[in-house]
Amino acid sequence: MDFTLSTDQTLIKNSVDRFVADNYEQAQREKIVESPDGFSRKHWAQFAELGWLGIAFPEDRGGFGGSAVETMILAEAFGKGLVLEPFVPCVVLAGTALAYGATTQAHRDLLEAMIGGEKILSFAYAEERSRYDCGLVETQAHVEGSDLVISGKKLAVPFGAAADTYVVTVRTSGEKTDPDGVTVVLVERDAPGITRHDYRTVDDRRASTLIFENVRVPAANVLGEVGNGLPLVERTIDAGIGALAAEAVGNTSVLLRRTVEYLKTRKQFGVPIGTFQALQHRAVDMLIQVELARSITFYGTMALAQDVSAVERMRALSATKVQISRSGRIVGESAIQLHGGIGMSEEYSVGHFFKRISMIELELGDVDFHLRRYVALGRLPASAAAQGSTNGAVAHA
Amino acid sequence: MDLSFSPEDLAFREEVRAFIRAELSVDVRTKMEAGIELTKDDYVGWQHKLNAKGWLAPSWPVKYGGTDWTVVAKHIYHEEMALGGAPRQMPFGVSMVAPVIIEFGSDEQRAYYLPRILNSDDWWCQGYSEPEAGSDLASLKTRADRDGDDYIINGQKTWITLAHFANMIFVLARTEQTAKKQDGISFILVDMTTPGVTVRPIVTIDGGKEINEVIFENVRVPVANRVGKEGEGWTYAKFLLEHERNGTAGVAGSFQLLARLRAVAGDQRVDGKTVLDDDRFAERAAQVEIELTALSYAQLRSLAAESSGRSPGPESSFIKITGTEIQQAITTLMMEASAYASLEPAQRSALAYFNTRKTSIYAGSNEIQRNIIAKRILGL
Repeated sequence: MDFTLSTDQTLIKNSVDRFVADNYEQAQREKIVESPDGFSRKHWAQFAELGWLGIAFPEDRGGFGGSAVETMILAEAFGKGLVLEPFVPCVVLAGTALAYGATTQAHRDLLEAMIGGEKILSFAYAEERSRYDCGLVETQAHVEGSDLVISGKKLAVPFGAAADTYVVTVRTSGEKTDPDGVTVVLVERDAPGITRHDYRTVDDRRASTLIFENVRVPAANVLGEVGNGLPLVERTIDAGIGALAAEAVGNTSVLLRRTVEYLKTRKQFGVPIGTFQALQHRAVDMLIQVELARSITFYGTMALAQDVSAVERMRALSATKVQISRSGRIVGESAIQLHGGIGMSEEYSVGHFFKRISMIELELGDVDFHLRRYVALGRLPASAAAQGSTNGAVAHA
Repeated sequence: MDLSFSPEDLAFREEVRAFIRAELSVDVRTKMEAGIELTKDDYVGWQHKLNAKGWLAPSWPVKYGGTDWTVVAKHIYHEEMALGGAPRQMPFGVSMVAPVIIEFGSDEQRAYYLPRILNSDDWWCQGYSEPEAGSDLASLKTRADRDGDDYIINGQKTWITLAHFANMIFVLARTEQTAKKQDGISFILVDMTTPGVTVRPIVTIDGGKEINEVIFENVRVPVANRVGKEGEGWTYAKFLLEHERNGTAGVAGSFQLLARLRAVAGDQRVDGKTVLDDDRFAERAAQVEIELTALSYAQLRSLAAESSGRSPGPESSFIKITGTEIQQAITTLMMEASAYASLEPAQRSALAYFNTRKTSIYAGSNEIQRNIIAKRILGL
């Protein structure tokens, strides 16, 4: 066990830190927020050129041989800069589904195009009546000849307008709660029958609601196996949680730093307010939460990077999500409170970090959802846990 | 970065487990599982077994009887000892006074005291707090006045864990009345059989008889028993406290406490279901377990930093705060899980809850730790 970065990892960290410092001053970020895509294609091309879009995938799956550790390094830096480019939805979520679900040369070509920055992907799993549960799928797909015909609705699809292709979860058999019958399929953005409602999120990202009405895709677009897609979706979401956790570490470490700087400079009653013990102790509680978030992120990253059973991995990532969400809320709310009125101002940076950390708390499952999943996985009989795959046994427990 | 355990680490884990299985007596194991206080003989018997294996003081330098284990190996060792139900390792000799003697003591002191600690010839206790010097430790009043080659010690020390087992005490005493209260303090080793030393028990709210006060009335101690320089004791005291804080986090012990919680909660039934089957309870317990997992990684990070040359610094304050809050949260759940059984002293659930209120107070209260972090890490 070694917490120090390798030479290669240090190079990545230095270059991504430099990227954020050079390109994500508040005014620069503001321009990107207001741009048509809500992120910079120029930056995206740079990510591709630097190898960041493929670094975390194993070589035998078309990547450059890294692991979740590289994702952690990148996502933490992106969290520090409130970086807008769709790294998590495109590379970590859709990319994981593609890398682990690819069955054809066309799939592998698409992954290569994504890694090269030529194709943007996104991940569509959330539905109106499933909240965070990826096993509750009502979007229907039935087979007609060599096609799948899809009807249903997906919520909060990140950067849905900019993505060329969506990785979509659909139900090919069974009832809504049936763990069998979930299928993962690639759908082109411009496929006939998709109605898209695009919006800007409360944390200045882009997202879309997708309505599918008899959208026809070739059966060759299925990732993994028809009807047995849930383990792939679970792996995908766990990878996403790992990246969100690292983003949260970056985000909260900036909130802590800016708050402490403010406590040292803001004067009231003739002294810096950081001399007041009530405020000092609240700042210390922020530091404790940043450290706990950072520590659990190592744990979650380790579970992703190692070859552990699906149950063990899911439990570790649920633990990770619970902790970073709780820590994020404490740090975010304290940062606003300790800044006082200026913390409420849209012009000031802290509010933007607060908004992002608050949305991270919800994305891919909130505290309650993951506490339930953590407990349910812990109650599985040892034999099921050892088998390695949950087959959704837990999702609806 | 490689966050996995190496094959050597995993083999070592098995070795520690096998050692505990082979050496821990049924009697002691039963007491540990039931949360019953151990006797001095229980502790000393276990220390002899660890010492025979060369495992009593893994953090000491090899030349004094320590080990060359990696940080991870030490972590595994402490974790397995706790999970395996081994007696808590008494820190006073091995992890408190010994590092001070090794770092600041004389060759004679090292040669005399360190083997006696390994052989359990001495049981040490800690003479820091006084009735008027708690969080404000530097305002201590116990004096050591020079008389030829001796000091004459007068004063009162309090909250001393297991002083009634001890034959040696390390004392912070004022050897000079100075303007700045941190100056003029010396670190002195006192044989408790010396005339003038009196130990009086203090019964705690859980009925425990672990802590004591120790009175010094004209206690004559050779000047040779002072560690390091006269008047530099505050520096040594702080060095010791930072070591202590990492230990008081009790991360491994909390994992064991969680196992006990599961046993207690799994035993309480309503309508054929246990308290563990209750989602609300299970989720509250899970929350604590998750935070403990985070803390165990924080501690590993801190140990890793330490092994790369830094001594445990202010970050040990953060680990102390969180670790003790977790201990308290677990015993709170234990009391709640026990329902009416908590009323019975023999059940010990409520008593454990009462007892662990001390953890956020001792070794520098958690509020003092927050002051330390605010000043030394955040620069406020």
